[in-house]
Amino acid sequence: MKKLLSVFLVLVLMAAALVGCSKAPSQPAASGADAEEIKIGINYELSGGVAAYGQANLEGIELAVEQINAAGGVDGKMIKLVTYDNKSDHAEATTLANRMMTQDGVLAAIGPATSGAFKATIPVAEKNEVPVVSGSATADDVTVDDKGLKEYAFRICFNDSYQGTAMADFAMNTLGAKNAVIIMDSSSDYGKGLAKNFKEQFERNGGKVVAEESYVEKDTEFNAILTKIKGEDFDVIFIPGYYEEAGLIIKQARAQGIDTPILGADGFDSPDLLELAGADALNDVYFSNHYSSLDQDPVVLKFIEDFKAKYGKDPNAFHALGYDAMKFVADAVGRAANLDGPSVKDALASTENFVGVTGSFSIDENHNPVKSIVVIGLKDGVQDSITRSGE
Amino acid sequence: MGQFLQQVLNSISIGSIYALIALGYTMVYGIIRLINFAHASVYMLGAYIGYFAMTYFGLGFFPAILIAMVLCTIIGVLIEKIAYKPLRNATRIAVLITAIGVSMLIEYGMMFFVKANVRSYPPMTGFLTKTFTLGSMTITTQQILILVVTIVLMVILQFVVRTTRIGKAMRAVSQDRDAAELMGIDVNSTISFTFAIGSALAGAAGVLVGVYYNSINPLMGMLPGLKAFVAAVFGGIGLIPGAVLGGYFIGAVEVFVAGYGNSMYRDAVVFAILILVLIIKPAGLLGKSTREKV
Amino acid sequence: MALLQKGWLKYILMLLVFVVGQVLVMTGILNDYLFATLTTLCINIILAVSLNLITGFTGQFSLGHAGFMSIGAYVCALITMRISTIPGFLLGVFAGACAAALVGFIVGLPTLRLRGDYLAIATLGMAEIIRIVFLNLEITNGAAGLNGVPQFVTWPWLFLFTAGTIHLISNFIHSAHGRACITLREDEIAAESIGIDATRYKVTAFVMGAFFAGIAGSLYASYFYFLRPTLFGFSRSIDILVIVVLGGIGSLSGSVIAAILLALISTYLQSFPELRMVFYAVALVVIMILRPQGLMGSKELSFDLLRNLGRSRKRRSS
Repeated sequence: MKKLLSVFLVLVLMAAALVGCSKAPSQPAASGADAEEIKIGINYELSGGVAAYGQANLEGIELAVEQINAAGGVDGKMIKLVTYDNKSDHAEATTLANRMMTQDGVLAAIGPATSGAFKATIPVAEKNEVPVVSGSATADDVTVDDKGLKEYAFRICFNDSYQGTAMADFAMNTLGAKNAVIIMDSSSDYGKGLAKNFKEQFERNGGKVVAEESYVEKDTEFNAILTKIKGEDFDVIFIPGYYEEAGLIIKQARAQGIDTPILGADGFDSPDLLELAGADALNDVYFSNHYSSLDQDPVVLKFIEDFKAKYGKDPNAFHALGYDAMKFVADAVGRAANLDGPSVKDALASTENFVGVTGSFSIDENHNPVKSIVVIGLKDGVQDSITRSGE
Repeated sequence: MGQFLQQVLNSISIGSIYALIALGYTMVYGIIRLINFAHASVYMLGAYIGYFAMTYFGLGFFPAILIAMVLCTIIGVLIEKIAYKPLRNATRIAVLITAIGVSMLIEYGMMFFVKANVRSYPPMTGFLTKTFTLGSMTITTQQILILVVTIVLMVILQFVVRTTRIGKAMRAVSQDRDAAELMGIDVNSTISFTFAIGSALAGAAGVLVGVYYNSINPLMGMLPGLKAFVAAVFGGIGLIPGAVLGGYFIGAVEVFVAGYGNSMYRDAVVFAILILVLIIKPAGLLGKSTREKV
Repeated sequence: MALLQKGWLKYILMLLVFVVGQVLVMTGILNDYLFATLTTLCINIILAVSLNLITGFTGQFSLGHAGFMSIGAYVCALITMRISTIPGFLLGVFAGACAAALVGFIVGLPTLRLRGDYLAIATLGMAEIIRIVFLNLEITNGAAGLNGVPQFVTWPWLFLFTAGTIHLISNFIHSAHGRACITLREDEIAAESIGIDATRYKVTAFVMGAFFAGIAGSLYASYFYFLRPTLFGFSRSIDILVIVVLGGIGSLSGSVIAAILLALISTYLQSFPELRMVFYAVALVVIMILRPQGLMGSKELSFDLLRNLGRSRKRRSS
């Protein structure tokens, strides 16, 4: 009898599973169309490995919100941030995206800062029809991949192939390098994408990548691979990775007497780089970036002034990107036909000639901005020179 | 050749750190048959104590490492008294789970107080910044410092274990706890003393790593802790010379896998060695295998 | 009264849980966020129950359960990303579980000769090696992991796999094989002397545990869209161990209760992940010191137990 019953139960469950496969459509999140305020979700790395990016983005965003609300909000509605900390953890970022979209009913979400975490939240955004915007997710396949365009994902920064290509050109044309070594963070899409594009462009320009080494996040010991590459003949090192490990690589490389120029990308932009590597090691170090405080553009000067007034320090690129991302979203919300996800998405997609601190841009058909790049040179750990390219 | 020697040098620095941590594992295992997972957390605390001593109190390297060793000694003894002593007669698995719990408590408790962010030691000054060039090799004073501190600590340890009364008591308890007790040895204080010594060494290792790599975080102990344990097992767990040998061996394996193979498989090779040693010769390189009595 | 017999009641209860869940999902009371929590809970139950089979019932202390979970997750994701249909999903779950079981067999055969803490360390090392292999494989996209894994897990599937796992493992434990495993836990030498083939039963339990961990991994992959090797590190193995230890080493219902309890706690401590881990740690230490057998010991939550509890309470009060 018991056996019969269990067979029966399994059958019922199987049937139920098959029927229930198409789950009841989740209720549209209450986006607060009639509410007095516009809720924007903030899903950033406020602690953990890449906290410096998330915290900087958030400071920029808060400055932008303050200015927007002081100027009367968007169509008379105040912007309210729903802020969560994803602890630099991808799974946590997904959970939080789910939470802000289904429980808090945000109209749009900003963040996370890194490509991997941002990508992890996109399926949630598509499912709930809430646009997500990242200020700094630079991997190539963030907004579009081989499965097609991700309708609800946007970004306001250039991508890694642009960055990798620009750095390869910089190495060749400005530094006159012929042989390069790549030490890549293979635990991120970011590092892998940059390395690939740098290598392709460098070789297309007639240069040679003589050695490729990799490491994973949280590594601290790089002496072995540095000793290994020391035997090679090269005139530049490219480190596609984040400041946490790049700082240590630079320190250990300089201690081993490797004094060739070291190149990186926007992942270098953090005050922690200076702390970790030490000022002495940060000479002849160049990295591509979205913005530099050395820029003399009036928009940039105004931003730096406002930022200093509020926080008492110089803004870095992530502050600027956060600030731009918030203004970009607010601009689209202001132009949207209705206050719901699909309308805001359409408005974001049709943005043209948006004037931001990190440059003016329009959104192309792949939801990427078309904008320029700067290469910053460090001297004793301080920004010393900028070279602009693209546009 | 120059490259090879440079790699040997690299492996000595990292091997010294593993050896210092492995000593704590091996002594504790020798005396109460426990894999003290919390040991790696004490190492992390040592690094943070050194950091605070140098950053907020502006102390130099030697005062900082001494303070770290003293505080870690106290912490190690406290861990033993609070968490392990009530379980003296429990199953080994129960004590092991407790050890994992204590380790998590310290690591995540620390994360709660100081946040997960990486911190860096203040810039070194004076003799700690010098670099020497020997042919194609470069040696930093920090590397020399690591080696010298490690050797000095090991000589002291050897002296304590071989010649002092408490050292003899340690060896007696690790051979046969009951017999030692019958001979009038205070087993509890001997165990505490073992934790004290191991923790002091871990504290020293923490500060050395902080100075050398300049990057510390609350979970920094996890991986080096496991690897140091592998080192202890490799050399023969419970044996002091075994831990030192294992430490330098694991350091060399890591450096040479990264330097001549693929750095991505560095940790996998270490763990593969662990499993092989456990299967082929569980008593370790210097250990004698014992038959289980029915 | 026939209806109230234990066997029947269990099935009716299961059906009730399923129907209530289904109603909550259909009416939208269980929104996506809560459903994600529920999914995590069910996956944890499967993991804890399967680890309990290895550690609790057979007495083989394993710290590498996350490794088997990761194999199931990756194999299933790789299949469903190519065959994005329900049969593809089922194939993925099955293949994932089988792959995990196979690795369990290969790893278990040599290492299960080790005892106690040595086995713990060996399984830990094994899980780390599995993680590093996934970190370096081309097909799993290395450390960056797989993105865009299709989502198939719905409440009926979740329920089917969770209830199925509990049911099958509970049946195994109550079979002659299961008794042999428990005998091994109690005294290996005595068990061998009465003719129990220790290696065979240890490996059987280990392979079964790995199989169900593979299912848990497959479900994870088919709900959370993405996989990365870092998801399956040492700390996940510890998470599972905490559930088993808290619930009671050798109690299936204890594992289920502990998983629910910990899910509630971690939901409350969502915004303070460090505190959540601190809580786990304190729970481990306190339980080991005060009640090393866990909440339930090796008892199961059954109607007999409830009746006995009621009786003893009455006796005390009178």
